Amino acid sequence: MTEPTPLDDTLPEDVAALIGQYQYEKTGDFPVEQGYVWTSCASVFNGNPVYWDAKVAEEVTGGPISPPSLLSAYARPHYWAPGAEGEQLSLQVHFDLKKRFGLPEAIMTDNTNVFYEPVRMGDLIRSRQVLKSVSGEKRTKLGIGRFWVIDVEYHNQNGELLGTESYTGYGYRREASA
Amino acid sequence: MTTTASALTLDQVKVGDTLPELAHDVTATTVILGALASRDWRPMHHDSKFAVERQGVQDIFLNTPNQGAWFERYLTDWTGPKGRIGRVVFRMTSPVFPGDRMVYNATVKDVSTDGSGCGWVTLDVSLTVDGKPKTTCEARVAVPVSDDDNPWDRRGERWTP
Repeated sequence: MTEPTPLDDTLPEDVAALIGQYQYEKTGDFPVEQGYVWTSCASVFNGNPVYWDAKVAEEVTGGPISPPSLLSAYARPHYWAPGAEGEQLSLQVHFDLKKRFGLPEAIMTDNTNVFYEPVRMGDLIRSRQVLKSVSGEKRTKLGIGRFWVIDVEYHNQNGELLGTESYTGYGYRREASA
Repeated sequence: MTTTASALTLDQVKVGDTLPELAHDVTATTVILGALASRDWRPMHHDSKFAVERQGVQDIFLNTPNQGAWFERYLTDWTGPKGRIGRVVFRMTSPVFPGDRMVYNATVKDVSTDGSGCGWVTLDVSLTVDGKPKTTCEARVAVPVSDDDNPWDRRGERWTP
C-alpha cells in the first residue's frame, strides 16, 4: 500500500476508552483435531513429517501437534450453529470498529505471530482480543478510512500461553471514481 | 550459497545464505482451500463478485492465516522437522490472486544463540509475483545447535521467541 495521506487525527472518546481493554474472551467451538491439521497442510503442500508421521511426531514434538500457523483457526466460530443469528465473526473488535466508523470495507496489512507452547490434539483454545491503537482518518489508494492494531492472545485449557497475534487492519470506504 | 540440508543444525547456517526458491501457481482452489482450511468464511476469499464489486480488487485473494501457513511450510521445508518457528512478522503490500505465480525467497540475516543455548536464525522472506513484492516477512526460527538438540523440547524460560 502506498503511503497514506492524513486527513483527520481526532479519535472519539468511546473508542479511545476501549484501547487496552480485553474483549471477547471465549473458548473455541471444538477441540484441536487432526483433520484440520491435514487440511491445512494440504492447502500449502506442507509435507513436514511432524504432521503426517506419528512416529516422527512422537520423537520430535512428544506427540502430534498442530502447525503453529493454524492457531487462530481453532478460535474462529462456525459459519453457523444452532441458535446463532447473523454472520459469525472472528476478530470481532475489527468488525466493531468498521461498524463504529461506518467503514464498509477492510483489509489486513500487517500480521505478527509469536508462538509459545505447542498446540496439541484435544486442546481447547481460549482467546481474547485487545485493541491497541486506532489512527486518525487517512486516504489511501483504496479509499478513506482508519488503521487499527488488534492483538489476540491464545491460551490452552491449562492456562498455558500458546501464542499471540497482532493484526493491523485498514477499514475504509471507497471513493467515487473520477 | 544455497542451504539445502534436510536436518539443519545451526553450524550449517551463516548470514547471507539463501534458501531454495519455492514457486506455486495460485488458482481459485488455492485461495478457497486456504481460506476454508483456516476457517475463514469471509466472502472476499471465495466470492469473486464480492471481491471485485465490494472490495475493489481484481479477484478473490489469499487470506492472512493461509499466507502464514505458506511461510511456515517454506521455512520448515528448509529446516526439517526440528525447526521451530518462534516469531513471524509479515506485511502484505498487495493481494495474491488466482493466476499469480507466487515465488518465495529468503536470506539469512542473523544467526545467534540465546542465553539458554537455543539456536536462532532470523530470515528475510519475500513473496513476489512477476518480480514484484506482495508480502514481506521477517521470521525467527529455532534450529538445533547440534544433532542431539531439539528446540521443541524447550519450555518456559528456555523458550524465548
